Amino acid sequence: MSAMTKPRTWEKFFWPLIAAALLLALWHYSVVWTATKVFPSPMNVEKGIVELFNKHVLWADIEDSLRRVAIGFGLAVGVGIPLGLSLGWYPAANQIANPVIQLIRPISPIAWIPVAIIFFGVGDRAAIFLVFLGSLFPILVACVSGVSRVPPIFRSAGRNFGLSTPQLLARVVFPAALPQILIGARIALGIAWLVVVAGEMIAVDSGLGYLVIDSRNSGKRYDLVVAAMLMIGIIGLALDFSFRGLERIKSVRWGFRDAS
Amino acid sequence: MSQTQVVVSGTKSAPKLRVDHLGVVYDRDGQSMPVLEDINLEVRDGEFICIVGPSGCGKSTLLNAMAGFLSPTSGSVSIDGETVTGPDPRRILVFQERGVFPWLTVEGNIGFGLSKLPRAEREKRIAHYVKTVRLEGFENSYPSDLSGGMRQRLQVARALAVNPDILFLDEPFGALDSITRVIMRGELLRIWEAVRRTILFVTHDIDEAVQLADRVVVLSSRPARIQDVLTIDIAHPRNISSPRYLELRDELLKQIGLAYEI
Repeated sequence: MSAMTKPRTWEKFFWPLIAAALLLALWHYSVVWTATKVFPSPMNVEKGIVELFNKHVLWADIEDSLRRVAIGFGLAVGVGIPLGLSLGWYPAANQIANPVIQLIRPISPIAWIPVAIIFFGVGDRAAIFLVFLGSLFPILVACVSGVSRVPPIFRSAGRNFGLSTPQLLARVVFPAALPQILIGARIALGIAWLVVVAGEMIAVDSGLGYLVIDSRNSGKRYDLVVAAMLMIGIIGLALDFSFRGLERIKSVRWGFRDAS
Repeated sequence: MSQTQVVVSGTKSAPKLRVDHLGVVYDRDGQSMPVLEDINLEVRDGEFICIVGPSGCGKSTLLNAMAGFLSPTSGSVSIDGETVTGPDPRRILVFQERGVFPWLTVEGNIGFGLSKLPRAEREKRIAHYVKTVRLEGFENSYPSDLSGGMRQRLQVARALAVNPDILFLDEPFGALDSITRVIMRGELLRIWEAVRRTILFVTHDIDEAVQLADRVVVLSSRPARIQDVLTIDIAHPRNISSPRYLELRDELLKQIGLAYEI
């Protein structure tokens, strides 16, 4: 494959499959050659996945994790977009709020776990709070910067047609900033998925994160640990892939670079 | 120069738009920069005015002040005797390019200013203006699927749909290729003759001005004053190789050339 030619359809699938197979082989032979008793081989993990499915715990854990992400991420969208639009629209308000936002933003949601447990106790709401915190800031920051980058021509046109400020925000500024907000939301969804797993290891007793830590704590079942990790990877990929589908919606496609 | 420096209002009735000793001073890094100085102009209802002048002289500033997007430092703009204090749907500004909303379809753009109308009325209005600017078949297309000329026609349709008294056009064909530009001039004249709105049209293209305008306002270089106002006394459709056309065109070229030397 030279860099100049476009890969053919079969090559698009063939080479990634080869890479995955090589990785699996490396994993397999590493386990064999080091004769480790602790770390599972790919085959052990495959058996582990089947075992998890048969015990019916996997579906429940997946559902719990996805629910927490949906609620936490949904709240972050619901709070972050209106707040971001307002802060972007009123630079004076942004100047007041920005230092606080920039101070809280770099604090890892993991560091919030003790605080979350004080607020909400061990349970769903603590995990949802962590997901909310983790996904709020990417959405907020993307929204503020998206608003500030709305071409002045669009604002002028909106005002020319007699829109009030709330109408202008809803009908001009929001749709104009939406492509950038979507990019922020996509990053936020990725973080939400990272955070929910971390949160479930400590703040709650169900979900994929709990499955990882529980499999280790109760009997050092590393085959199940790696099986759960794989599921986390696959679901995260699926989430990102479906979210990217939104970029192809006609009313936002204009804002993405590969728009045709 | 045979033309006088004073603008003569061509009618006995009250002017549609009146610019009275208008001055605009920009404040740049604490230094005041005069852009427009003592602009006086009267425009009749239904008149087509082109504004030309050396680049950067303040043509767009004048248009923005008239449309209410910029408050003048001195003097005033009034429309129907009413002082302009801000933008208003009764007078729409059409931008050079990228003025249409890329997240809305052709129909959505044309209907943008019509949200207060009942649905049936709105749809009727949209259909009418789709036809006026000849975008039939593209009702559900997005601007990214339209050519530059179609996008500008769409912008004009969006403006006309709210029934404005005055259209301000800020070099609306400036970003188009020269062939499309010629076609668009014909389209604009056809639309203007159909709807008879007052049009103020900023351009840097001398031929465009002589082909379109009833009167051409020539601005001097910065700080801009009105250097001259030429009446284009040729009936439409205009023969662009007639002696009178060439005479007016040469006169304008001379004016702009002089403007560069001031």
